[in-house]
This record gives sequence, C-alpha cells and structure tokens, in this order.
Amino acid sequence: MASAAEAPVRKKTTGREKVTSHDSFLRHSNFRWLKIATVLSIVSLAVYLLVDVEPRHNGGSWYGYTLGTIGAALIIWLTLLGMRKRAMTPGSWSLKAWTSAHVYLGLSLIFIGTLHTGFQLGWNIHTLAWALMMIVIISGMVGIYFYATLPKPLSTNRDEMTETQMIDALRSLDRQLHDAAQPLQPEQAALVQESLEQDPFGGGFLQRVTNRYPGCKTRNAQAELRRQRAYQPRTGSDPLDKVDSLLERKEATLGRLRKHLQIKSMLGVWLYIHVPMTFALLAALSAHIVSVFFYW
Amino acid sequence: MTFIVRQISLKSDGSEIIRQTDFSEESIYIGRNSDNAIHLPDLAVNPVHAVVRSGDPQQLVIESTSGQPFDVDGSSTTSATIDLTRGAELRFGGHIINVGIDDSSGHPSFTVRRTEAVSDSAEEKDTGFIYTLHGLLPGKRLSAWGFVALVLIACLAWPIYTYATYKGVEERPAGFHADEMWISGDLSLAHKSLSGDCQACHVDAFVSVRDDACLTCHTDDAHDHAPIDKQLVARGEPQGFAKFTRFVAASFNKPEGSCVECHTEHEGAGAMQPTRQQFCADCHDGMDTRLEDTELMNAADFGNSHPQFRPLLLVRPLKGSDEKAPRQRISLDKKPTENNGIKFPHDLHLNETGGVAQMGRRLAGKYGFGQSLVCADCHTPDQNEVRFQPVNMEKSCSMCHSLAFDNIGGTFRTLRHGEPEMVRADLRAFYRSTAPNRPINLGSLARQRPGEVNSRRTAEDYARAVNFRGTRADQAIRQVFSRGGACFDCHNVTAPSSRGGVDFGISPVAQTDRYMHKGWFSHKAHNDEDCSTCHVAKESDQASDLLIPGIKVCRDCHVGESGATLAKVNKPVESTCAMCHDYHADDGAPWLMREGDKKKTVTAGAGVRAGRASASR
Repeated sequence: MASAAEAPVRKKTTGREKVTSHDSFLRHSNFRWLKIATVLSIVSLAVYLLVDVEPRHNGGSWYGYTLGTIGAALIIWLTLLGMRKRAMTPGSWSLKAWTSAHVYLGLSLIFIGTLHTGFQLGWNIHTLAWALMMIVIISGMVGIYFYATLPKPLSTNRDEMTETQMIDALRSLDRQLHDAAQPLQPEQAALVQESLEQDPFGGGFLQRVTNRYPGCKTRNAQAELRRQRAYQPRTGSDPLDKVDSLLERKEATLGRLRKHLQIKSMLGVWLYIHVPMTFALLAALSAHIVSVFFYW
Repeated sequence: MTFIVRQISLKSDGSEIIRQTDFSEESIYIGRNSDNAIHLPDLAVNPVHAVVRSGDPQQLVIESTSGQPFDVDGSSTTSATIDLTRGAELRFGGHIINVGIDDSSGHPSFTVRRTEAVSDSAEEKDTGFIYTLHGLLPGKRLSAWGFVALVLIACLAWPIYTYATYKGVEERPAGFHADEMWISGDLSLAHKSLSGDCQACHVDAFVSVRDDACLTCHTDDAHDHAPIDKQLVARGEPQGFAKFTRFVAASFNKPEGSCVECHTEHEGAGAMQPTRQQFCADCHDGMDTRLEDTELMNAADFGNSHPQFRPLLLVRPLKGSDEKAPRQRISLDKKPTENNGIKFPHDLHLNETGGVAQMGRRLAGKYGFGQSLVCADCHTPDQNEVRFQPVNMEKSCSMCHSLAFDNIGGTFRTLRHGEPEMVRADLRAFYRSTAPNRPINLGSLARQRPGEVNSRRTAEDYARAVNFRGTRADQAIRQVFSRGGACFDCHNVTAPSSRGGVDFGISPVAQTDRYMHKGWFSHKAHNDEDCSTCHVAKESDQASDLLIPGIKVCRDCHVGESGATLAKVNKPVESTCAMCHDYHADDGAPWLMREGDKKKTVTAGAGVRAGRASASR
C-alpha cells in the first residue's frame, strides 16, 4: 500500500542537471541574455540621464564615444552570428547561446545606439547608420515573432508530411489525372493539361506570402469541368467523375503545399531584409566612423 | 502498305523499352484514343489528331483530321508531305515521332518517344530550393554586397573625392557638396553660412579643427583670455577620469586648449551654445595653488565660491597735478571709503521730512519732485541704462543750490560753476559797478532826523560806503569760499596762496562711473528693484561712504549655477560665471547677456537658470 501511495510522486532528480533540447533560444539558460541585455540597457539609460554632458548629449561626448564603441563592437559581434551559425558546438557557447545573446544584445542596441545619437538626428551618414541599425533590429524582431508563432501552424499544416512527400503526392495525383483524362474531349483534356502544366511552386513572392493564387489552373479546370458536367446525364461511367475527384484531391494537396510555402516564406523573408541591411549597416558604420575622424 | 510503329518508353533505371507494332493498312491515325495506330497518351493531342497516308513513292502525306496543328521539323502545320528518304521529326504535344525508312524491311517507320514529363510536378525539382524564396527575391548575398558598394561609394568615396577636389580652394562654389552628408548636426546661427564648406574649418583630413581656422575670420573678437601656457598651468594636470579623457583626446590628436574645446559646434541650429561654467572653474577654482604668481583670486561658483568684490576706487581726492585719477582695487570687506571731492550727505537729501524735502515740495511744480527727493531726481541713467551719468551740478544740484547773486530786472545773474577766477571777477565787478544801497534819508526830507548834522552824517556815511564799496568784494569772495558760502557747502576749498589773499581754489572732483571693471553689472537688468534694495543711501551722512553693495547683497537673489540647492533665497536667479564675466572680455556686456538682450528672454524671474535659458535658445 505504502509503495502504491508513493508511486505517483515523481522522484526528484538530484545531482545532475536536466538537459532538455526543447528550451528555445529565447528561454535559453533561464533568460540569461535577456537579463544581461536588460541590465545593459538600464545602465546605459541611467548613465545617460545622470551624467551632465554640456551643452547637450551627443555622439562626440565621452559618453557618446563610449556608447558608440560598445555599439560598434556589438554590431560586429552580432554580425558574426552569420559565421558562427555555420559551425555548431555544444556547451555554454553553443549556437543556441549565441543566438540567444544575439537576440537580446541586438535589442539592447536600441538603447545603446539611440542614446549614442543623443537624439540628434538629421539627413546625414550618421543618422543613416542609426536608421539602418533600427531597420535591422526591427526586421529581427519580426523574425523572432515569426519564429515564435509560425512553427506551430507550419507543423499543423504539414500533418507529419515531409516536403518530399508533398511533392510526391502531387506527382502521383498528376499521373493519375493524366491517365484519367485520356478519354476526355480535347477541350476538357486541355483544361486538365493546363492543371498539369502549371508549376505548383510557381507564382511570385507576393502570391507566396499572401497565399493567393487567382490563376490556379487546377481550380479553374475543376470549376469548368463541373460547369460543363452540370446538366449532363449521369451514366455512371463518365471519366469526368474520376477526373473531378482527382482534381479535388489535387487542389487540397496544393492548398496544403501553398500554405506550407507561405509559412516557410514568412520564416525566411525577414532575413532578406535583416541580412542585406546588416551589411549596409556595416558599410554605413564604417563611413560614419571614418567621416568622424576624417573631419575630426 | 505497312507502317512500322515503335513506341519507346523509359524504365526507371533510364534504359529504353521498345515496342514495335506493324500496321498493314492504307492509312494509319495518330491520336490520344487507344485505337489509333500511333497512340499518344497525351492530353495535348486530340483523340484522333492526324492521318498518315502514302503519297508518291517514298513519300508520306500527313494531315490533321482535327484541324489542330502539329509540328514538322519544328514548324507548325496541319498538312505535310514527307520525303521518306530524308525523314522528318513530328511533334504532337509532348511526343516526338521520328519518321524514316526501316532499314531491314524498307517500310516507313515511326519511332514514338515521350519527351516531356506528364506534368510540371513530374519534372525534376531541386527540393533544396523550391520550398524557399530562392529566385523569388533578389539574393541576400547579392543585395548585401550591392548595398555595401552603394553605401561605401555614396557615403564614403564620394565625400572623400569632394574633399580632395576642394583641398586648398579658398571658397567652394555654391551648391551641394558630397561631404555635407557627413555633417554631425546643424551649425550654429553664426556659422550657418559655412554649411556647404566643410573645409573652411576641417582643413586637413584626420586633423582636428585648429585655432588657425577659427582665427581666419575671428581676427578681432577672439583675443586670448590669458597666455595659453599660463592657462594650461592654471588648469593643472587632469586627474582621474579627466586624465583618461585627456589621454584619449591626445591619442586622437586633439590639442589641449584649442578654441573648439570650449566652442563645440554642430550642436544644432540656433545660437551657439554658451560655454559651461565648468570651463571657468577648471582653472579658477583653486588657481593660486597651481599658478602661484597670479593676483587673481579663486572662484568656482558665484553662489558659494567667489571672492568679495574689489571695485576700482579713488584712493584719495584728486589733486590738480594728477594726470590720472589715483585708483586701486580694494575689497569691499575692507570697508573702503572714497573721497571724490564732493560734500554730499545722502541722508539729508533723501530724508522724507525736513528742509530738503520741504524745498523739494515747494519746487515740485518746476522740477517734478515728489513728497521728498529720490535718487532719480539727481541720478540719470546713461544711454544704455547700464550705469549713470555723472551728476551734473548745473542740471541737478542747482535746482536747489542756486548760485544767483544779482537780480537785474528779474534776471538772476549766477556765479560761474567750476571757474573760481570768474567767481572772483564777477563778484568784484558786481561791487565795482554797483553802489551801496542809498539810505532812505539821504538828500530827502523823508524820514530825516531833525538837524543838519544828521543829514550831513548820513551823507558822510554814504560817501564812505561808496568809497569802500570796492573792498567789499574781497569780503564777499571770502564768504562764498568759506564755511556757509555757496562753494564751501559742497566743495573742498583750497586756501589762498597768501594770508589775506582771496585766490581760493576748489579741489577737483572725480566721479567714478564704473567700479567693476572685471565683471559686468547692468542697472537696467535690475530695474524692478528699488535702489534702496542694494544701496543704503538713506543712512549715509558722508559723501565718502561707498554705497556699492557687497557680494552678500547680490547673493540675496543670485545663487550660482546650481546653487539654489545650497542657498535658499526667495527669488533665486541661477547665475553662471558668464552672466557677469566673459572669456574674451571687452568693455561691453558679456556675450551671454548680449545674446539674452537679443532675444529678451533672460529675466531675473524665479527659477530661471540664466545659463540654461540662453542655452536652450
């Protein structure tokens, strides 16, 4: 009895750390880098408010130079994630730790970079560098938002299908459609042919992220064939029946594929801003630093 | 006729399977239907698409039965005649049919091969890319390098090119210059015109702005505060964090004590920011410990670290032989007096009762006096209302202190002020040209005492008086210059050169128009106050009393740059060094106050930080 009562109580694991691979980079090490970045931001803001820089805060004061140096070093280090991520290592300096630090230290740059400006913004190279930095940070925030919210719908939509299985399913349906459409009249066969010939991965970037495909030939073929068939007598052996059911299945498969493509493109699209803007920022940062010392 | 049809299909390993069928018919059909001799399972092909017949020897005629075209050797047609010896390639939809002569039998042969996949999806796809945005957006790598090149060229190379182009050019042409995009903030109002000409100040690349660049234009108004070597000694070696920042500045080739160290530019449009008080205090706070031979006293903040005022005073009354007034700076703590040669009891004149006030009331209609005299009745501000005009005897004193000595038909003759010789001459002339008052009983019966002797005595007395009339002048002169006389009341009279002589003289008077030469004080800025707030004239019974208030009085309102927290006063006016002093000082108001007057916003109101107020403009 005693053992039965004790049974549901889970034994505490002592003497060894629980290692879980499901800890996201955002929660890594119990938000260690969030804490560090928060302290960094608060300290930089507090010092900004406490030190008396005359006549006003700017990048050229001792505090401005300090923040600028920290900011520039951070930007370069943050950029190195691109190199670091290509070499995975475990432990404290695991890629996950780096990513976590990348995210939170990157966010703290909002404080460091903006306080460095002393809120003196204008149409010049210095503000360009700041603006590019903000674009990079904001695009990164969008990326984090997508990474936090999209994997679940992606997984749900995929329904344990792999990408290879998705295209294989389409190929199978296309082959069946091709065979089933053989007896059709030329006009009807042409509709099916259009469906077969359309690239399921076609469409531009906008179609992909919005998941709107008004020119879908499969849907068109299905609708058109149904319209033609609507008033035909049912013979029971009409090849159109089979074509119709195949088109319906193809459309469902296409729908899933396209949803998959939409989510995947959203997971990737922010990088198309984040990465090029990072490089633009590095260039602007170099120009900013050189210009300051050039006209010293 | 026999047609040989060979259907070629592919196995999964890529090898071919050939199925050959012979048709001995006049004509064979090509189409999607399976009962066609050449069956093309292709949705792009009509159920019965075309017919093949033999034509002339060694020729085949192919015609479309459906009206749909097909390709012969790449060109689209609905009917074709094929020379079998040359052969041809037909294309129906995704199928190619090679037409020729079978080598062994000599019959026309049709080799059918599917060249296109059944569907687009069936084609080979790179699964590494198709699920990504690859190809839909410009590549990250390409756009990254593109932006890098764009930014470096536009924002770095171009400005440097501009710099190189105009190096050594005195003045750039108008228009946009690429290095303007390097501007770190708007230039101040005074330098606004230089916005397009970075090189006016930034002469050499990677060399900080040197004083020479400033002095190119500022030839007159930027004289040295003190020799730079003394200034650097006075400032002393930086300590702690300042030492570090100095080290960093030196490492980056920033010279010490340059103009731009104080005059920071690119701080935004508007007037240039005033230099902060700390710059003054850096040297003047405890300066005597570093610059040991200085006569200047230490100062750091008006509110709690500023020496007592040391006005420039007359140390003795002027003498006639003085070429220059003997003045010296004396601390007010020593309670100095200043004898400027005038006798004037302020208390008597400002008394609200008594003779002076009464006389004032009597003359109110003529001079506008009130119930008693006030300061402004005699003291007139100068043009800028900063200080006061010297008190003028003819204008001020003589309203009451008349020098009239003769009345001719209602016109009063007055003694000449400031000219003792003329006073003597006028008095002598007066006595010479006038007779004594004729006795009423002389030569007349009126009021005459009986007896001739009396009449004769009167005549004799009068004759004697007439005879001695001239000598009365000296007596009058003596009276005027002596106690109770018009001159003596106000002036120090020097004794005559000889006993019995009348060549009295008047000591020269030197009114001091400005006491504080190192600092600036404007009465106009204090118009809201009564004179008596600072000057205790009503209690002064000696003209030599120095009525300048000491620093304590100023501190009733002026509390230093941030001294409001140190000294609690009713109307704190936070006052930086720059409120009274100028780094590049001249005889005029300090820069800060001049700027303030321009904008009319510096007030002595409560809580206004004068320095900040102008800083924010």
